[in-house]
Amino acid sequence: MKPFSEHAGTVVPLDRIDVDTDQMVPKQFILRGTRDGYGRDLFHDWRYLPNGDPDPDFVFNFPRYKGASILLARSNFGCGSSREHAAWAVRDYGFQVVIAPSYADIFYTNAFNNGVLLVTLPAEQVDELFRRAEKTEGYELSVDLETLSITDNRQLRFPFTIDEYRRNRLLKGLDDIGSMIEHDKEIAAFEGSHAIPAPIVTGPVDMKVSTS
Amino acid sequence: MSPRTLYEKIWDRHVISAARLPVPLLYIDRHFIHEATSPQAFAGLKAADRKVRRPDLTFAVMDHSVPTKDRRNAVITGNRAKLFDALDRNCRETGVRLFDMNSKNQGIVHIIGPEMGITQPGQTIVCGDSHTSTHGAMGALAFGIGTSEVETVLATQCLPQYTSKTMLVRIEGKRTRGITAKDLMLAVIEKLGFSGGTGHVIEYGGEAVRALSIEERMTLCSMSIECGARAGMVSPDETTFRYLEGRPFVPRGNDFEAAVKIWRSYASEPGATYDSTIELNAAEVAPKVTWGTNPGMVANINAAVPDPSSYANEEERESVIRALDYMDLNPGTRIVDIPIDRVFIGSCSNGQIEDLRAAAAVLAGKKISKSLKQALVVPASTQTKLQAEAEGLDRIFVEAGFEWRDSGCSMCIAMNEDVLPPGERCASTSNRNFEGRQGKGGRTHLVSPAMAAAAAIAGKFVDVRDMQIAGVV
Repeated sequence: MKPFSEHAGTVVPLDRIDVDTDQMVPKQFILRGTRDGYGRDLFHDWRYLPNGDPDPDFVFNFPRYKGASILLARSNFGCGSSREHAAWAVRDYGFQVVIAPSYADIFYTNAFNNGVLLVTLPAEQVDELFRRAEKTEGYELSVDLETLSITDNRQLRFPFTIDEYRRNRLLKGLDDIGSMIEHDKEIAAFEGSHAIPAPIVTGPVDMKVSTS
Repeated sequence: MSPRTLYEKIWDRHVISAARLPVPLLYIDRHFIHEATSPQAFAGLKAADRKVRRPDLTFAVMDHSVPTKDRRNAVITGNRAKLFDALDRNCRETGVRLFDMNSKNQGIVHIIGPEMGITQPGQTIVCGDSHTSTHGAMGALAFGIGTSEVETVLATQCLPQYTSKTMLVRIEGKRTRGITAKDLMLAVIEKLGFSGGTGHVIEYGGEAVRALSIEERMTLCSMSIECGARAGMVSPDETTFRYLEGRPFVPRGNDFEAAVKIWRSYASEPGATYDSTIELNAAEVAPKVTWGTNPGMVANINAAVPDPSSYANEEERESVIRALDYMDLNPGTRIVDIPIDRVFIGSCSNGQIEDLRAAAAVLAGKKISKSLKQALVVPASTQTKLQAEAEGLDRIFVEAGFEWRDSGCSMCIAMNEDVLPPGERCASTSNRNFEGRQGKGGRTHLVSPAMAAAAAIAGKFVDVRDMQIAGVV
């Protein structure tokens, strides 16, 4: 993953609560067994008309929000299915930051695992950002992960918090596996004394067992 | 030591404290994988030249996109075929046990774990699917993960995990006739709100939960994610142990007795405390039908579609207006006046043998409405299907006008041919009524299996309690 320390970009406001990952990437696109190329599918059923043309009523298609790299969202963003395709699509569309009052747990983890910063702000502050983004064409925010603050060029400055582990991983561009492989010795020691045994077959089952 | 909850006990026995990472490292006992969210994880391992650390703790099954019609002769092409080929190849190359689509033990991933006794009390279980919480019915800590985490678990058998808050959902009282675990759970979601469980692990307790079978407890746990909770669980008890005895991954004889003793030690202790508690009286729960686009948008069968103006919160009001527009429903429409086009009985939430028995009891000797375009029964596992056939349930369904299918996720996620067409309305026993969940433009109403069967006969929603049901007092 690329290290992330700060980002400045234009904001697109998505004014809906409880946005679920089924909307972010509808199931017909998760049959592709890849991690890339989901940006064009992001919010597919909201973003495109039945004939495949962009739906001019959906906020992503407003000319003023073209090229936005910060997604402003409402509470419980990313709820539902665990599909990481939602996080891949957010990233592939070009979003580096999402700002919302709250997120669903699984999406939260998935986004950070793909280098997308999710900023949680109090609802009133998110309201204020919605007002500004809707009022000012080309509204831009700067998000600084070093100083943990969001600023615009009109004196707005909102501090935010994030746990140190996730912050560090983003700042350094680390993934989980890389940092855990180093703990193989501790994992093996744990396995040696763990109370829960490996599965043992005691009755008939119809499975493919490979012994490669 | 102060009394502890099931969650706390499992947590304490699975954290690798010696690793001294900034975030607790949780050891994973069982890792279930399926074709839809694992190929990228295997590709990642391969690219980094890493191995599957514990293939013996990993189980694979084909479920999300399998055909349910005449599976042995089905021709699968394109991306779907690639997903199945990839899973088969990845399992062969890494030594992971696979239940392929023609295995007698094939089924929805969260069903076959308990069914074979792979899932046991006290375990930590993960799978790249949000309904992994289903396994919690066995007294395990089970939660859904993303594909990057699938890769992490394949490589290390561990996950960095933050502790969750705990919530006790205590359901006291006795359910009345016609009320199922599905109705109880929709009542819980209604009370708690669609995101009320976020950041929590829910433990279901109380008299009404103790009285539930394992299959019914799986319905509750499966839908925990529908109120935002990553995991749902029920403390293991005699019902759990009786369910497990004799299953093909469960120890036998003296070893079984020894296992029960250990399993029992995980049970929540009297006086253990939770971060929050909500209470519900089962006796007051009526059959539920969802009218909106998330499972929290739900009403009693004898109620009406709500008026958005009755919502004080502006965001919620707008959300309800959008939902009614999508669902093509007007405020004030009585639920019993909503006609349906299709019926789907299945899913990890409601496709088990007891669900099929409940639906068949309603359908016995009756025909589905001529106004229906399709009525599907998709057993949650191949074993469930075989059991139902042994009991003659398949004949009841077919004689009533249902299609009797092979097991899989089917129209709960519509990744195979079983898709709800645009504009059509489905009475579904699945767990999600999101926009397009069962098919783009399709409209989903979540109900219990008995209510789905009753709706199939009437062609619209009806109160199953008003029907004469063979063998039910």
